[in-house]
Amino acid sequence: MQKFDAFTGNLATATALKQINPDVCAAYPITPSTEVVMLYSDFVANGEVDTEMVTVESEHSAMSACIGASLAGGRVVTATSSAGLAYMWEMLSVASGLRATIVLSCVNRALSAPLNIHCDHSDAMGAKDTGWVQIFSENAQEAYDNMIQAFRIAEHEDVRLPVMVCTDGFIISHSFEKMQYIDDAEVKAFVGEYRTNRSLLDFSKPEAYGAMVLPNYYMEFKRQQREAMENAKKVILEVGKEFGEKFGRTYGFFEEYMLEDAEIVFVVMSSAAGTVKHVVNELRKKGNKVGILKPRVFRPFPADEMADALKNAKVVCVLDRAETFGGEGGPLFIEVKSALKDIKNQKVVNRIFGLGQRDFLPQNVFEIYDELKSNDVMSFRYVNVRE
Amino acid sequence: MADTFTVNFKELAKRYEQEPEKLARGHRLCAGCGAPIAIRHMFMAAYPYDVVISNATGCLEVSSTIYPFNAWRVPYIHSAFENAAATISGVEAMYKALKKKGKIDKNIKFIAIGGDGGTYDIGFQALSGAMERRHNILYICYNNEAYMNTGIQRSSATPFGASTTTAPSGKKSFGKLQPKKDLTAIIAEHRPAFAAQASISNPRDFMTKVRTALEKEGPSFINVLAPCPRGWQYPSELCIEIAQLAVDTCVWPLYEVDEDYRWKINYIPKEKLSVRSWLEKQGRFKHLFSPKYEGVIEEIQKYVDREWDILLRKAEVFK
Repeated sequence: MQKFDAFTGNLATATALKQINPDVCAAYPITPSTEVVMLYSDFVANGEVDTEMVTVESEHSAMSACIGASLAGGRVVTATSSAGLAYMWEMLSVASGLRATIVLSCVNRALSAPLNIHCDHSDAMGAKDTGWVQIFSENAQEAYDNMIQAFRIAEHEDVRLPVMVCTDGFIISHSFEKMQYIDDAEVKAFVGEYRTNRSLLDFSKPEAYGAMVLPNYYMEFKRQQREAMENAKKVILEVGKEFGEKFGRTYGFFEEYMLEDAEIVFVVMSSAAGTVKHVVNELRKKGNKVGILKPRVFRPFPADEMADALKNAKVVCVLDRAETFGGEGGPLFIEVKSALKDIKNQKVVNRIFGLGQRDFLPQNVFEIYDELKSNDVMSFRYVNVRE
Repeated sequence: MADTFTVNFKELAKRYEQEPEKLARGHRLCAGCGAPIAIRHMFMAAYPYDVVISNATGCLEVSSTIYPFNAWRVPYIHSAFENAAATISGVEAMYKALKKKGKIDKNIKFIAIGGDGGTYDIGFQALSGAMERRHNILYICYNNEAYMNTGIQRSSATPFGASTTTAPSGKKSFGKLQPKKDLTAIIAEHRPAFAAQASISNPRDFMTKVRTALEKEGPSFINVLAPCPRGWQYPSELCIEIAQLAVDTCVWPLYEVDEDYRWKINYIPKEKLSVRSWLEKQGRFKHLFSPKYEGVIEEIQKYVDREWDILLRKAEVFK
């Protein structure tokens, strides 16, 4: 059974976690993700969950404690943003390398300097190659639904990888929206019991995690990680389908919005997709063949599926909320462009928007669209910036 | 004063003959290294318990788990250099969580191990945090007074006057220009269940401390001096003797601080030897015996005398 109520993104995430009741939560405060852990701490203080809280002295220790806890054989969660994720960076690779099934709520925020506490994707994009599954949410509903699915994906025996559920800071994390939430028992049944046969607390079969692996074996470990990421694709689809069957909201690698006959397509992740959807609705009213592909899963990147979905588009405009400073474009652009490399007669361009939460308004999208329709399209530019 | 736990060494000796060692032979640590001696004694003292080990990156770690080989006969985790204390915090938290839920009934102890670099310096924050959060863990620092694994660089545990590869003695320098950090005292100020200094030269004292720490509820810390033949530059067979000289010169006093902040010196040398007798056995201090650096040894003696006096006074005041 599902009910409607008003949720912020952070409350949606905390509510999903309350229903899941992980064994350990190790976290350190940082805006804007702090509230997830604050809300969760209240659930602990009021006995609504029986999670062990490890209120560590840094994000580095948060991820370290999560790794220790996960490999000790239970369900583990943490939350962070921006500098916090950057400070965890060393341990992010250790978590995936040791195949710790940690779930992390990443409430996206810009990296310093200059210091900025608002939304962009530079934090998560800085961690894109650390071996974590990365799922992006457009709104509170998706933050909630993705968090519930994340544990199933992470803990699947063919995957056993950490999962990062990304939600836009402030825009989603601190804004109230109408959201449908699922009955506690149904969430618990969907997520299920944590299972492992490789626990640090099992003395009948002592495990050693974190051996030193020299050139003679190191590559096999990495090869297995890649295989796990490949497996994650199958599992993400299975879990997203099962979620849809049970709760009415089906999830895949990406959302296709008015894509079928679209000649001009925006590729945009997270909350900005909502803004673009509004503009696309307006443009469609005037008969424009325009659509959206909204990536949900960034790692593993669904390149083949995306190429298939975009094969008929004439112009693909990738909107990036992060920079690579000297790369071909934003990180999403680089992935999409690479996925579309074999498609003929297609223009793929990149727009950088919303860094440090610079406004991204319908007007900006209309302007981009006008340019895309013209014969003179720049391949790269910043949106809504002082030149 | 809370009693120090008494270890039955006869029983231990018998067990030692019958049971396989938990740090198996075949590890690749150097001959004359103090670290494996400390760890084997640690395991002997911990025998009644199932222990999980969290190891920091370092000599002990790289030499004991070169894949596909593993010298540890207990559950073991190494995740990085600076976080053995944070990692074991997570393991211990999961143990508490699973115990609370009735998913585990065993009584398990948790030990984190790090060298002085991973403990005094880069792991200091994680260690301080774990002590403050009062996890039920024992942290053991095997202290060889420099970054030996990366090739003998100075750490904050390196003593004044020692030559290392990043604070070498030369025409204008006598090596490390600063005295070492007093980490044991700093940890004692966290009011842990137990904090102590020990040396591999005094195994009964060390083992008693390990067992005492494990018997207590809450966080414990033991800083055990474990000489390094490469870094200290001594013939391997002198390992124990050099550790003993550190104790007999009061360069490395053996003491403990309990949960009520009672300071107890475990060993007062009948005749306190001059630091010279400790320095002269080690290549890292060789330059101090040249006329060029005359006076440095006297400075070291003064420093050691002052620190020893401070410790005596602490033990007197905080009985």
